[in-house]
Amino acid sequence: MKLERWLPWCAFAALAVFPLLAPALGLDFYVNFVRRALIFALAAASLNFILGFGGMAALGHMGFVGVGAYTLVALADAGHASAWLLWPAGAVAGGLVAAAIGSVALRTRGVYFIMITLAFAQMLYFAAVSLRAYGGDDGYNLMARPTFGLGLDSTHEPTFYWVVLALFGGVMALLNRATVSRFGHALMGIRDNEVRMQAMGYPVFRLRLADFALAGAAAGLAGALLVSHNSFVSPSVMHWTQSATLVVMVVIGGVGRRWGGPVGAAVWIGLEEIARQHTEYWHLPLGVLLVAIVFLAPRGIAGVLERRRRAAPAALAADGRPVEATP
Amino acid sequence: MTPILFIEQMLNGLGYGLMLFLLAAGLTLVFGIMDVMNLAHGSLFMGGAYVAASVHTRTDSFVGAVLAALVVVVLVALVLEALLVRRLYGRDHLAQVLATFGIILVADDLVKMAWGPAPIMASAPAALSGAVEILPGLPYPAYRLVILVAGLAVAGGLYLLVNHTRVGMLVRAGASNRAMAEFMGVRVGRIFSLVFLVGAALAALAGALMGPLTAVQVGMGEEILIPSLVVLVIGGIGSIRGAFVAAMLVGLVDTIGRAFVPLALRPLLPPTLVSDLSALIAGLATYALMAAVLAFKPTGLFPARG
Repeated sequence: MKLERWLPWCAFAALAVFPLLAPALGLDFYVNFVRRALIFALAAASLNFILGFGGMAALGHMGFVGVGAYTLVALADAGHASAWLLWPAGAVAGGLVAAAIGSVALRTRGVYFIMITLAFAQMLYFAAVSLRAYGGDDGYNLMARPTFGLGLDSTHEPTFYWVVLALFGGVMALLNRATVSRFGHALMGIRDNEVRMQAMGYPVFRLRLADFALAGAAAGLAGALLVSHNSFVSPSVMHWTQSATLVVMVVIGGVGRRWGGPVGAAVWIGLEEIARQHTEYWHLPLGVLLVAIVFLAPRGIAGVLERRRRAAPAALAADGRPVEATP
Repeated sequence: MTPILFIEQMLNGLGYGLMLFLLAAGLTLVFGIMDVMNLAHGSLFMGGAYVAASVHTRTDSFVGAVLAALVVVVLVALVLEALLVRRLYGRDHLAQVLATFGIILVADDLVKMAWGPAPIMASAPAALSGAVEILPGLPYPAYRLVILVAGLAVAGGLYLLVNHTRVGMLVRAGASNRAMAEFMGVRVGRIFSLVFLVGAALAALAGALMGPLTAVQVGMGEEILIPSLVVLVIGGIGSIRGAFVAAMLVGLVDTIGRAFVPLALRPLLPPTLVSDLSALIAGLATYALMAAVLAFKPTGLFPARG
């Protein structure tokens, strides 16, 4: 449908001009807020790549985000400052750890897979807590934001915002390309019918592992961006409840939908902010919303939109009969 | 490292393991029979701890506090099961995880509203605040001893219930093959509700008993949930016996990790490295155990199905 074509571009354009308009609208604070939402959108999109397209319910994805963050911390602590080194390092670390964990976890299925990914995420959490050199449980304060060079000042908030937006756009483009590629189609085939794909000769384990590692790399990048954005990281970012929240974001947006991750992240973070402004007990409405979604809109926003579209016929065919709306 | 210290730590590990067993038993049956992954089980534990702590502070009666915790949590579980959990069976695990995660969020805030965000005081009953000499020269805190005894008694009671009663037989049948049990005329839905309530009671008991030993705070349910799930996976889904053995293993491994690894490493490595490394190993120990068990027995030690 045409809407799906130009809506992402419109949204991207709106996001791009937002820092320019924000001062006029008195929304300066929200530039950083939107930036944080973009980083989580990236993390959610990477999870959707495993969850939606790969069909693997992983409940420890924030572990990889944490790996990316702490890799940046370790390098920054050792004196490196260039974002060109720190951010790719976070991505690579995330990908490697994901590959290592995946090589063990992907031998299991179903609930055991959920449990093992949960357990590994907790292991990473405990590893971070035990690293007293990097703050342990108290977390680590980043002294200076990674530098860009090229005459760009990373401490200038809008500049940093645009770099994050550009990275987000780039990674999303990459993930979307991967989704429609042969690799992506093979993944979706494995998601839908693993036995058949195996019978057809596809290397199921290796494809899944590649999927997992790629998503881990994107999550690692998100982690590096997160710690650069906050100038702080603590092991709590890897707690399993954070991973569960990330899954929630993907489900809200629509599991397996191209923009499910970003949309869900935007909705969840937006609602969280609204709830926070009204009450200190903001977990409650969000929890209720979550239960409501599971029972009323299990396929997320995308599912709700789809149901609306199916209700009205798209057009009439030549002989006057209504044409079935294509999903 | 004296034998006394060793025995004390082993007993502590056993006590922790028994509390984990109380939690895992409920979880494993609910998951084994109805295939429902209930993350909110930890919230029932939290509820038990909070109710017991406040009632004990107000009335000075520990037994009364524990009973109050049981009653309140079972009532809450009754409502929860009827309204929500019942509708989750048949759904995929992800949906169950999400819905029960939503319940966790709601429960955390409800507790915060009722008791405030700060941890509350839960004290052991005054009569049990001393130590008992269980062996000559081996004093052990009386309260912890009571936990051991209570835990073993409940484990024994559960064993009798599941293995030597008619209801227990139906529960085992449902856990081993739900469809077949239904074909044979078992009202599996009723059994499930019963199992859910018994599981909730066990979780509340564990919360009430553990309250004086750990911090009673919002989020304590989420903390104990992961070790309980690890016990569940190691023991095998649907098996009480598996949950018991696994809980003992996890309790012992966890305690050995925390208490003895630093002692073992100290002569070998510099001090700062010892404390970091032993914290790491202690945290990882139970997960490493789970990974090891799953490597040899992918469905756990004593799976009820298949």
